[in-house]
Amino acid sequence: MERQLGLNKPVFVQYGHWLYKALHGNLGASLQNKQSVVEMLNSRLTVTLTLIVMTVIAVSIVGVGLGVVSAVKGGLLNRIIDLLSWLGLAVPNFWLGLVLVSTFSVTFHLFPALGLTALSSSPVGWLKSLVLPVVALSAAPIAVVMRQTRDAMSSVLDGEFVRTLRASGLTERSIVLRHALKNASLPVVSVLGVLLVSLLGGTVIVENVFAIAGLGSLAVSAVSAHDLPVVEGVAVYFTLIVIVVNLLVDIAYGLLSPKVRLR
Amino acid sequence: MMKDLFWRPPSTSSGIARKFLSRPLACIAFAYVSILVIACTFAPLIAPYNPESEDLLSVLSGPSQLHLLGTDELGRDVLSRLLFGGQVTLLNSLEAVVAFSVIGVPMGLIAGYLGGRIDRIVMSATDIVQSLPVIIVLLVVAAVFTGSLPLMITLGLVSSPSIIRVVRVATLSVKSELYVRAAEVVGLKKFQVLRRHIFPQVVAPMAVQVSVFAAAAITIEAALGYLNLDVSPPSPSWGSMIAEAATVIFRQPFLIIPSGLIIVFTVIALGVLGDAIRDIWAKKDDRSDIDTGQKKRRSRQTKVTVTQSVLDENSSDPTPPDSLLSVRNLEVMINSREGDLRIVDHVSFDVKAGETLGVVGESGCGKSIMALALLGLLPSGGRITGGSVVFRGQQLVGMANKERSKLRGRHIGLVSQEPMVALDPVFTVGSQIKEVLQTLHRSNAREAKRDALELLGRARLPDPRSIFDSFPHELSGGMAQRACIAIALAGRPDLLIADEPTTALDVTVQAEILDLLLSLNNEFKMSILLVTHDWGVIADSCERTAVMYAGQLVELATVDEIFNAPLHPYTEGLLASNPYLSERGSLPSIKGVVPSPWEWPEGCRFAPRCPYATEDCTLAPIAARAISGDRVTRCLHPERIGEAVTSEQ
Repeated sequence: MERQLGLNKPVFVQYGHWLYKALHGNLGASLQNKQSVVEMLNSRLTVTLTLIVMTVIAVSIVGVGLGVVSAVKGGLLNRIIDLLSWLGLAVPNFWLGLVLVSTFSVTFHLFPALGLTALSSSPVGWLKSLVLPVVALSAAPIAVVMRQTRDAMSSVLDGEFVRTLRASGLTERSIVLRHALKNASLPVVSVLGVLLVSLLGGTVIVENVFAIAGLGSLAVSAVSAHDLPVVEGVAVYFTLIVIVVNLLVDIAYGLLSPKVRLR
Repeated sequence: MMKDLFWRPPSTSSGIARKFLSRPLACIAFAYVSILVIACTFAPLIAPYNPESEDLLSVLSGPSQLHLLGTDELGRDVLSRLLFGGQVTLLNSLEAVVAFSVIGVPMGLIAGYLGGRIDRIVMSATDIVQSLPVIIVLLVVAAVFTGSLPLMITLGLVSSPSIIRVVRVATLSVKSELYVRAAEVVGLKKFQVLRRHIFPQVVAPMAVQVSVFAAAAITIEAALGYLNLDVSPPSPSWGSMIAEAATVIFRQPFLIIPSGLIIVFTVIALGVLGDAIRDIWAKKDDRSDIDTGQKKRRSRQTKVTVTQSVLDENSSDPTPPDSLLSVRNLEVMINSREGDLRIVDHVSFDVKAGETLGVVGESGCGKSIMALALLGLLPSGGRITGGSVVFRGQQLVGMANKERSKLRGRHIGLVSQEPMVALDPVFTVGSQIKEVLQTLHRSNAREAKRDALELLGRARLPDPRSIFDSFPHELSGGMAQRACIAIALAGRPDLLIADEPTTALDVTVQAEILDLLLSLNNEFKMSILLVTHDWGVIADSCERTAVMYAGQLVELATVDEIFNAPLHPYTEGLLASNPYLSERGSLPSIKGVVPSPWEWPEGCRFAPRCPYATEDCTLAPIAARAISGDRVTRCLHPERIGEAVTSEQ
């Protein structure tokens, strides 16, 4: 048994062996059911990516939208948004998920409490089953993006070029939504990369709350079974996602800022 | 003197405590955390029940007199379990916080203090660690090790980049202080310098990071508890209680509330404490608490002066028939640290159609603010508090912002002082001009592009096509100013307000820009209000000029009159101190400095610096009065101007 798993060799030799195989797309087999780790992960990747993409969309729309409105209107709205962003950061996502379930599933029967309906079987059901997990996941990032957007927008709107734009007769709408927002998007985009790293951790827990069969719930069940190849496999997948996202963030930054654009 | 340089700021713990007590929210948060810690520590004494004793007769009871927070699915008392669970959650979080500080603080100190290669290694390590999802790392650790201690140490380790960065930055700023340098010179060992001189100064930013992380650690500990990775049942933790409650959520939804809220409250309390420490630390030298009080008092005072003002002398002045812009008794207030300040005070003048009117004065006399007020583009905190601005028969003061923005660009344009920051950095010059043209003339994209290229050519830019596709940072100052002028011309305004258009430019470029403005003035029959502090600019380009001092207009005359026979001592002094006009070898200057708005004297504002001042000058505010025709002066003794110069000779 020990020899079969290669446990008789030194740790770094084992690691080198694992790394060699990993680079060739082989992450070994699960200790529980001998299934290929890559196959197990691939079958669950779509679900987790769906959650991530939906959350990023929700965070961008709600977080940036509220941030812009709050920078332009100010006043009481600012106070409310401050309070909301405090709550967004203080409420743990898994507990928020449970509160949402007890309110919207148990009491009002609006959304399903558990699982993810397949898109192919019912697009409406799919969307409905995504609502609660995505809300639970996006609360904290929305709080961060909202504050970041508001601060960036306020400082841009106080800037000299906004005065020139106003003086040249452009509409306030174009000044806020075209010019100020594009300038303010740079710091917001750079915070997105950091947020995504914590969002990945969030999916692990929220998938468990809603019993969604994604990478995160797989990782947690593998941990309880001490199934190391699977846990390692999830870590590799998440690292790859982080790398891809950081690349996308850098590209977006380049598209938005003429000063870093390649010529 | 030398002693001062080597002086180390003392830590005033009593002052900090007082500031802390003046924040009710921070006090509540502190009290909450203290009570929580004490209650959990003494849980065996306080808890009404054994946390593991089951009472199958009252299962999932909900809050009652016997069980204040209800019971769980085995009939165990929730309150007791919360107190005992707090021991687990708080102790685990404490382990993580200790690991976080023990790893992070020395690393930050060393990286900041030693710098060089060690700094680079530490910083790239933190970069890598920060890109790892914390929960995933913890899962890997949980798969290998058992028990919660390795998990908590790992949590502290992978979160430590935040404190490393903060401590490093704080160390870098303290490192260059003289007392630290002195300690090094005296021969203290590096470790001693770190411990005795640098460490005490980074405690505050460190404390902020620790409290922020403590809040995060509790959330993550609870998440691990929820995944049943922190303790083994039946002994509870806050997170595992939520997990148990989740299994019976359909039967007793209340059960998730107590354990969830205690986490939320604890996290908020730690966050509030962190914010309080940061604010107190940031405002160590700041007297903003006192400032706000003063501000309120001052604004009330100014209100009184507004009603008492006796300077509405020429409000009955008829507007000349050829006037394009007619300004009467314009008053602008700015809300600043010193309270409400009247930056522009009863300024009246006319700009005639096609004329170039100069506005001259030293920095800080209110001329730029006055120009922005005419456009309705005062910086935040500024507002027009009196007077009237009539443009082509339309009253601009009090006009709705929407109406007013329709005038901008189409009728009144602006060329501002700093061309390099006056253009939107993320759009090309061409797209900015095109957008203005399309907004103002509703033209289509192709027409707009054609017109934009023509305007750039009109602004005498050498290669309009390449400028069209350039971003502002690719242009020189002079080119950027020409682009700004092109944008300002896009709406063919009747009046161009040029706020020090040449100040930020090279001398050779200054003349070209001025020349361009003048030719446009002729070509477009456009009036220009030219704000400047340069007599040369006035002499070259203006027909009439207004002189401003300390927020007031002190003289208004044709350029010939001003240069030949000024009727205000400030004008005279300003002319004499001009290097181009001064005839003698030495360059005379006006004695004293321009007073700040809160120091403006009651009577004539120039009196303290005026060689002709008599007693009556300081008694009451001086009114501006018309001398002959268009000439206006705000001086009681204009006939004495010139005496000082002749007597000196």
